[in-house]
Amino acid sequence: MSAQPSNSTAPDLVNIEVDGTPMQVPKGSMIIHATDKARVAVPRFCYHEKLPIAANCRMCLVDVEKAPKPVPACATPVMEGMKIRTRSERALNSQRNVMEFLLINHPLDCPVCDQGGECELQDVAMGYGRSVSRFVERKRVVADEDIGPLIATDMTRCIHCTRCVRFMGEIAGTSELGGIGRGEATEIGTYIGKSIESELGGNIIDVCPVGALTNKPFRFKARAWELIARESIGYHDALGSNLFLHTRRGEVLRVVPRACEAVNENWLSDRDRYSHQGLYAEDRATQPMIRGADGELKPVSWDEAIRFVADGLTRVQTAHGGDQIAALVAPMASSEEGFLLAEILRGLGSRNLDHRLRVVDAGDRSGGATFELPLAEIEKASAILLLGSNPRLDQPLLGHRVRKAWKHGASVDAINPIAFDFHFDTQAARIVEPWRMLDEAAALAKAAAERTGASVAGAIAPLLAAATVEDAHREMARRLHEAGSAVLIFGDFAVQHPAASTLRALARFIAQCTASAFNEVASGANGVGLARVGVLPGAGGFGAAQILAQPRKALLVHHAGSQDTLRSKSYDEARSGAEFHVYLGAYACSGVRRTAHAVLPLGLAPEIDGTYLNVDGRVQTIAAGAKLPGEARPGWRVLRALGAALGLPGFEFTELGELRERIAPRLAGAVAEAGQIGTFARPAAGGLSRVATVAVYRSDAVVRRAAALQATPLASTACVALNPADFTTLGLDAGGNARVSDGSCTAELPVRADTRVPAGAAWIELGHSETAALAPNGARLTVTRV
Amino acid sequence: MKATGNFDKVRNLDPKSVLSAHTIEHIEHWRAKFPPERKRSALLQALWAAQEQNHGHLTDELIAAVAGYLELPPVWAYEVASFYSMYETTPVGRNNVAVCTNISCWLNGAEDIVRHCENKLGIRLGESTADGRIYLKREEECLAACACAPMMVVNGHYHEKLTPLAVDEILDGLK
Repeated sequence: MSAQPSNSTAPDLVNIEVDGTPMQVPKGSMIIHATDKARVAVPRFCYHEKLPIAANCRMCLVDVEKAPKPVPACATPVMEGMKIRTRSERALNSQRNVMEFLLINHPLDCPVCDQGGECELQDVAMGYGRSVSRFVERKRVVADEDIGPLIATDMTRCIHCTRCVRFMGEIAGTSELGGIGRGEATEIGTYIGKSIESELGGNIIDVCPVGALTNKPFRFKARAWELIARESIGYHDALGSNLFLHTRRGEVLRVVPRACEAVNENWLSDRDRYSHQGLYAEDRATQPMIRGADGELKPVSWDEAIRFVADGLTRVQTAHGGDQIAALVAPMASSEEGFLLAEILRGLGSRNLDHRLRVVDAGDRSGGATFELPLAEIEKASAILLLGSNPRLDQPLLGHRVRKAWKHGASVDAINPIAFDFHFDTQAARIVEPWRMLDEAAALAKAAAERTGASVAGAIAPLLAAATVEDAHREMARRLHEAGSAVLIFGDFAVQHPAASTLRALARFIAQCTASAFNEVASGANGVGLARVGVLPGAGGFGAAQILAQPRKALLVHHAGSQDTLRSKSYDEARSGAEFHVYLGAYACSGVRRTAHAVLPLGLAPEIDGTYLNVDGRVQTIAAGAKLPGEARPGWRVLRALGAALGLPGFEFTELGELRERIAPRLAGAVAEAGQIGTFARPAAGGLSRVATVAVYRSDAVVRRAAALQATPLASTACVALNPADFTTLGLDAGGNARVSDGSCTAELPVRADTRVPAGAAWIELGHSETAALAPNGARLTVTRV
Repeated sequence: MKATGNFDKVRNLDPKSVLSAHTIEHIEHWRAKFPPERKRSALLQALWAAQEQNHGHLTDELIAAVAGYLELPPVWAYEVASFYSMYETTPVGRNNVAVCTNISCWLNGAEDIVRHCENKLGIRLGESTADGRIYLKREEECLAACACAPMMVVNGHYHEKLTPLAVDEILDGLK
């Protein structure tokens, strides 16, 4: 026990001094990490905590004792005994000189620049620059580029920090921007002239420290100091990304991310960033309306509308019984709304309600599953299996976590119906048509069972017995099993698979055998919360698929649009045929106007107080951030009034707090899965099976109305994509149309050959009106030449 | 620089149909010299080979094909092609004539050599002859042959201790 170190520093720490204050910081970290932690302000442009270090702006120069010249704080590792001065004369001189060089070519157009008032260059110039410019020569002018409908460019303002280049390369993984040219002639751009195609592209607006990249739909709408930032969350995927609504007089003008390490870090998907345009769509419902005796919808007061709906529901209940009432709830509804709606249905004696509108097979009555490995931990996993999942577009920031894990060396395997374009590499990607996904999963399950000697019992046993295990499956099982931390992501397609309950049982078995976490992605923004407050069919009640197959006499629809269901045509038939159809939601679109007997206009997530649960079961309560349009009201108030008008117990409260106290215990507890497996029938051989993924910018009613998103390259139009071999066999014309039939309905769609589609599959995305009539995932389709 | 606007032309391009067998052989030769995760380093030689294939200049299709062939993001190749002065990204004459005008050559009469070339060919520095035979490279920097100044490089070959007479002979000999 000799030679003890004389100081008490832990082996991975070093002692340094910042502006005279001694501190201990991790070995190998940079000076800027230490100064940031000590809250010592060091100016910077190119450094960003989430991006790789470039050290090209030189703004963070600091003075280090015994160093011959100032050093960049962002790229200089700390060393034992280092004495750093950030405000010495040498440091301040260097910073002022760098600032002067940066401003040489920067235009003085702050009064017309959208970044004015929230500009890092303005702030730092104010704090560290000279008050006058000594530069009298010509300034550089750079031609602007059109990089799509989301991001406006003024490249003359660019200071070449390359944050956007590094973001696109490292985080988005698409490397769409580069530094073109050299020296003073360097320009940031795409060179070739293209739109930014990444689903995370909007983040380069936030990382840009100057006004070179700004929000295009927001352009010239308002100044930063006119805006009020309200905390809110994203409601287009199950992550619930934290964000700020920037509002002026109650109108959301733009959306920016709110840092939250557990959910979205500093980022935001474009879908969450730009969907606010949909709040102000022309067909927004702003007036309660009821259908009069003449068959026309007419605006009425709220009292009258509530009375009318209560009377209508009572009439159906009396005439046909409560069982003839059903409710479809969009998964973006808040937990408060879901709870009240479930209570109303229960009070009326109905068990038919569901929020899983796109789920074909709900045989195991699952819903509200949360991640076993929390979202923030996924990046530390060493093996990932994607089962029916396209995280990159379905939950863009989940995709980002998978990418991070892959960058840290994790293996990623996939069993998918389409070879989706990922921003990470897959080791083994088994791309097969939906029904064969079952065989693939069974083969993997068998390989995993062989490996661990686990016994197989129950409904999946015959599938495993029939499965043929290949080396690829053994390798996949090995990777999962040997990984220190493995996770199986059961994605949107798997949840919407025609035999989802069987697939889920297989996936759970694989996860169990290989000691992997089972991460099922809940449907929609609040699938977890809605399942916990009871927006699921009661025992013997109908789920969404059955409500569409066997319509009830009275149908309540909460926030759902026809494109949000597994088959729009059935949904449309159900609402057209209903004796009494009530639409509670935000949009009085033509379908609603044609079929609804009553339209009750509700506020959307940014406009109401609500509680949402994300994939981790994280409870996020947000306050109303934007003004409700016209007469629209928060859903919980409307449903409270409706419950009271129906004379149901439990609707006497007046404050939201009382309601929240009641639902809090429900939100805290997970929903027990019934575990039984639904039956499925594989279609006969021949034809193609439908792959119906949800198009990224068609996912819900708000997104579909966001004009800027619809103009991006990612926004697809309806079409049918086939494997090139099938395309040739069927004798189809490139660039032509094809007739697609599911036996009862046909649609004529543009057809293309796509190598990402496996043999035997026809990829037709959901969310387009042209494909509304076609049967859902897994259905047998015949495709013929027109 | 204004974006070239050729994205639609290059987005679905098949590298093997754009690059010649000889170019691909050259790329493979250079790719083998680097570890697989550093294949980006082969870009310089790959672009050079593509430029040779096209008689002296690169097109967007060729740059994209090189990136596609090496399975790299195209913008990496655009960055390299626009950075280095050995790559021409606009059409130029097939013979690349680069007269050094850096300090040693300049002191030894490089300006007269340049003027002589310009007068003889009827073009200015940075231009190509109308028949596409000769390109006079703009502002070539020191090529490390100061001992034999003035000098120029023609298609990669050094010509030293130049006189107008010697220049005439060299230029007339170009096909």
